[in-house]
Amino acid sequence: MSRTHINCIVNGEPIDFLAADATSLLDALRDELGLIGTKEGCGTGDCGSCSVLVDGKLNCSCLILAPEVEGREILTVEGIADGDQLHPLQQTFLEGAALQCGICTPGFLVAAKALLDANPDPTETEIRYGLAGNLCRCTGYDKIVRAVQEAAVKLNSTSKQGV
Amino acid sequence: MTATENSTNYKWVGTRPIRHDGFDKVVGKARFGADLDLPGQLHGAFVRSPHAHARIVSIDTSAAEAMPGVKAVVTGADFPALDPTHPNFDTAVNCMARGEVYYHGHAVAAVAATTNAEAKAAAAAVKVEYEALPAVLSIADSMAEGAPLANPNNYTKFAPPGDPSNLATITNLARGDVDQAMADADVVVEMSFDCAHVHQGYIEPHACVVDYGDGKANVWCSSQGHFRVRSMTADVLGVDNSKVKVVPAEIGGGFGGKTTVYLEPIAAKLSEKSGKPVKLLMTREEVLRGSGPAPSAELRIKIGATNDGELTAIDGWMAYGVGAFSDMAGLIGAMSVASYKFPNLRMETYTALTNTPKSAAYRAPSAPHAAWAIESVVDEIATELGMDPIDLRLKNAAVEGDLTAMGMPHPRVGLVECLEALKASDHYQSEPAEGTSRGMAVGFWFNIGEESSATVNLNEDGTANVITGSPDIGGSRASMALMAAETLGIDVYSITPIVADTESVGFTDVTEGSRATFATGKAVVEACEDLIEQLKARAATIMGVDVGEVAWVDGAAVSPGHGGGEGGDPLTLAQITAQAKRTGGPLAATASLNAAGAGPSFAVHCADLKVDEETGEVEIVRYTAVQDAGTAIHPSYVEGQMQGGSVQGIGWALNEEYIYSADGAMENASFLDYRIPVASDLPLIETIIVEVPNPAHPYGVRGVGETGIVPPMATIGNAVKAATGVRMTSLPMSPPKVLKKLNER
Repeated sequence: MSRTHINCIVNGEPIDFLAADATSLLDALRDELGLIGTKEGCGTGDCGSCSVLVDGKLNCSCLILAPEVEGREILTVEGIADGDQLHPLQQTFLEGAALQCGICTPGFLVAAKALLDANPDPTETEIRYGLAGNLCRCTGYDKIVRAVQEAAVKLNSTSKQGV
Repeated sequence: MTATENSTNYKWVGTRPIRHDGFDKVVGKARFGADLDLPGQLHGAFVRSPHAHARIVSIDTSAAEAMPGVKAVVTGADFPALDPTHPNFDTAVNCMARGEVYYHGHAVAAVAATTNAEAKAAAAAVKVEYEALPAVLSIADSMAEGAPLANPNNYTKFAPPGDPSNLATITNLARGDVDQAMADADVVVEMSFDCAHVHQGYIEPHACVVDYGDGKANVWCSSQGHFRVRSMTADVLGVDNSKVKVVPAEIGGGFGGKTTVYLEPIAAKLSEKSGKPVKLLMTREEVLRGSGPAPSAELRIKIGATNDGELTAIDGWMAYGVGAFSDMAGLIGAMSVASYKFPNLRMETYTALTNTPKSAAYRAPSAPHAAWAIESVVDEIATELGMDPIDLRLKNAAVEGDLTAMGMPHPRVGLVECLEALKASDHYQSEPAEGTSRGMAVGFWFNIGEESSATVNLNEDGTANVITGSPDIGGSRASMALMAAETLGIDVYSITPIVADTESVGFTDVTEGSRATFATGKAVVEACEDLIEQLKARAATIMGVDVGEVAWVDGAAVSPGHGGGEGGDPLTLAQITAQAKRTGGPLAATASLNAAGAGPSFAVHCADLKVDEETGEVEIVRYTAVQDAGTAIHPSYVEGQMQGGSVQGIGWALNEEYIYSADGAMENASFLDYRIPVASDLPLIETIIVEVPNPAHPYGVRGVGETGIVPPMATIGNAVKAATGVRMTSLPMSPPKVLKKLNER
C-alpha cells in the first residue's frame, strides 16, 4: 500500500508522518502520532468528538484526509494548555464540573477555543450555536455553557490587563 | 442553580473540589476504551445479519481467510454451546448467532486482520446463506394470537412450564377493589400511550483490546462493570473467571448500555485463534444496530379520583417490547409505579419479544415509559378537577410506609419535599413568559444496593489511596475521595481514588441503579472506619495509653486527660503513619458488603415551552429539575446527573426514536438521523437539590443517577397540552406528530 509523506505543524511543532491516502486526519493523529486526545464518536462528522483546528478553523478531523493537511497548522486538545499551565477553558471546565465521562471534552474544548478566538464575548445563545456541532450526552450542556462564559470573562480580563 | 450547601456539619461532604481525574480529561491524556494499542495488535470487524429473523443455512469463511492480512475468523461454532437455562445463554447468543439470527445487525461472524481496512474487506467476503423466517417487529405483532416466535428459546419466566412464547414475563399486581373504586369515582380518565425504542446515545462506541495468552484472556475495555465483563466473557468462552482479567478503561458514557458484553468474548476468541492481541471497536452505526436500546412500550392507564382530588384507583396495562431475548422490563415497569398512594390498584404488565436488538438498561429502566403515561393521566385529572397539579400530587404523594405497586412499603422518601420545593421555586412562582405554557411531572426510581468492595491504603506520609471496583461514569471518584476525607479527617486532595482491575480489588457489581456512591461509598466509609480503629491503636502505643482512652477527632488521635503525642498535642494521621514501621507496619483496610437500604429518589420537573403551530416544533424555554439526593456528596456532580438525565428525557420526549423499515432494519442508524439534543436546542437546566437523608447510608446518600430521566416526557407532554389543548400520547413528540395532532384539533 502506498503511503504519502506529510509535513505539517501539530500543536506548534513541525512534524512529518506517513499515511495511506484514505487515512483520515483523525486516524493519523491517533494512530501515527499517538495523539489519542482526539476521539471518534461517529466517524461521520455528526458528533464533534474529533474536533481540531486546521489553520485556526474548527473541523471534524474524521472528515479530512491526512494528505489534505500538508503544510497546514493543526491544533488538538493536547496543544491547548501551555505546558502544565491550563488554558482558562480547561480550568473553568474543571472548576465548573463541565465534564462527566469526559469523552466529548476534548472536542468541546477545541470548539470552544475556536468560538472564543473568533468572538471573545459571546452571548449564551452564541455559545449554544457555537457548540451545536458537538454532542455531549452526560451534562445536558448547562455546565459546559457556563464554563465557556466563565472562561470568556477570564480571558477578557487577562487581555485587558495586557493592554 | 440552587444547592443545599453543606447543610450539616460536614467539612468535606457537600463541597465541590475539582475531580481527581479531571486534569487528564481536559488535556487529552485520559485513556478510554479505544485508546490502548498493543504491539502487533490486529483489528477486528463483524459480519452482521441483513435479516430481522432468519435461519443460518451455511457460513463459508474460506474466501475471507485467504485474503491479505487475515489472521483469524470466528463464527458461533467457535464458542461452546451453553445450556439454554444458563444465565448467560442469551448474552452468548447475542454476541454471536448460533443457527438463527434474531435481528437485523445480529453478529454472525468476525474477522481479525493486520489493518482495519483488511478486516472490513474480509468481513464483507464471508458468505452467509440465510433462509428468511417470519419476524415480529411490534409489540402488537408479538402478542397477537398465533404470532411467529421471535426466539424459539424464550419461555415465560415465573410461569408453569409451557411452550416457547414471545412473552418473557407476565405480571399481575392488585390491591383493593379497582372496579368498585372506579364505579365510585367522581372523575375517571383513561388513555393509551406508546413509546418507540430509544438509545442511550453514549458518545464513546463500545471498544476493547484483548490479549490472549497462556490460556488467559487479558481484556482492556470500557464498561460500567468490569467484574460483569469478566464473568460474562468467561461464560461465553466456557472458562473460569480466573482465566479472564479485565482492566477498566475510562468509560465514555454508559447510562445502562454498557452493563453487558458485545465485543470482549469475540475479541478474546480472535486473539486466541490468531495468537495476537485484537482490538475490536463498534462503529456508531453498529452501536445503534447491534447494541441494546431501551424497550418500546404500549400502555393503557385509567385513573379514578374524587372531586376533592384523592386518586382512589389505578388500572393499568403496560407492555414493553424488549427485542429478541428475554428481559424483565414489564416487571420492572410495574415496580416503578410508586409515586402515589392509590388504595386500589391493578397493574397488568407484559415483556414482549420482537425481532429487534436485545434491549439493555437505560437510566431508570422501564420507569420513563410508565411515568409518561401515568403522569399524563394525572395531569388530565388535575385539569378536570381544576386543581393545581402540584397540589393534586401533594394530596396523594407517597410517604414512608405507603406501598409501591409491588406491595413494598416505602422507607423515608422525599417526594413531598420535592413537590414543596418546586412549588416554592422562583420558576413555579413566576408566571410563564409571554407565549409559553407550563407543565410538571413526577418521577421515581427505587435505586439498588448490591455488592461492593473497597480497600484504603494509608501511605507513609499520611496520604491515602482509595481503591474500588466501581467504574466512574460521572464523578464518583471525587465522591469516594470526599467520603474518605470526611471520615478520616484529612484533605480531599491528599486522597488518590482509583478504579482497580478485577485482580486488584474485591468483587464489585456494576455501576448501575444509582448504586456506586451509595454502596461503594458505604464500603469506602467502612474501610476508613476500620482504619480509624487501627490508627487509634497505633496512637495508644505511641502515647503509652490504653486504646480506650484514645478518640479520633478531626483527623487526629487525642487522649483526653493525657494530651496527645510527645508535646501533648493531638497525633495527626500523618504523624501516626510516619511511625507505622515501629508500631506494627502499614495501615490498610478492606471492606466488602452487600448494601441493604438503598434509598429511593424522587424527582419533580417543570418546563415552560412554546409550540410552533406551523411546524409542530416544541421549544423549551425554561426547565427546572428538583430531586431528592439524600445527601449531595459533590453537589456539582449531583446537579450534573439531574441536568443530564433531564436532557436525555427531553431528547426522548421530542426527537429520539428507532425508525424501522418494514423488514426490520433500522433506517436512522447515525447521529445525524438519530438526533440527540444539542446545546442550541436547550435552555439552562435549573436544579434544586432536596436532601432527605437516607438512614441506611453513613452520610445519607440515596443515589441520583437514574431518576432524572423519568419525569421529562410527561412534563413536556403536559406543557404541550397547556400550550395547545392537544394531548400527545405517542413518543417522541416530534414535529410531524405534533403538527398532525394540531391539524386534527
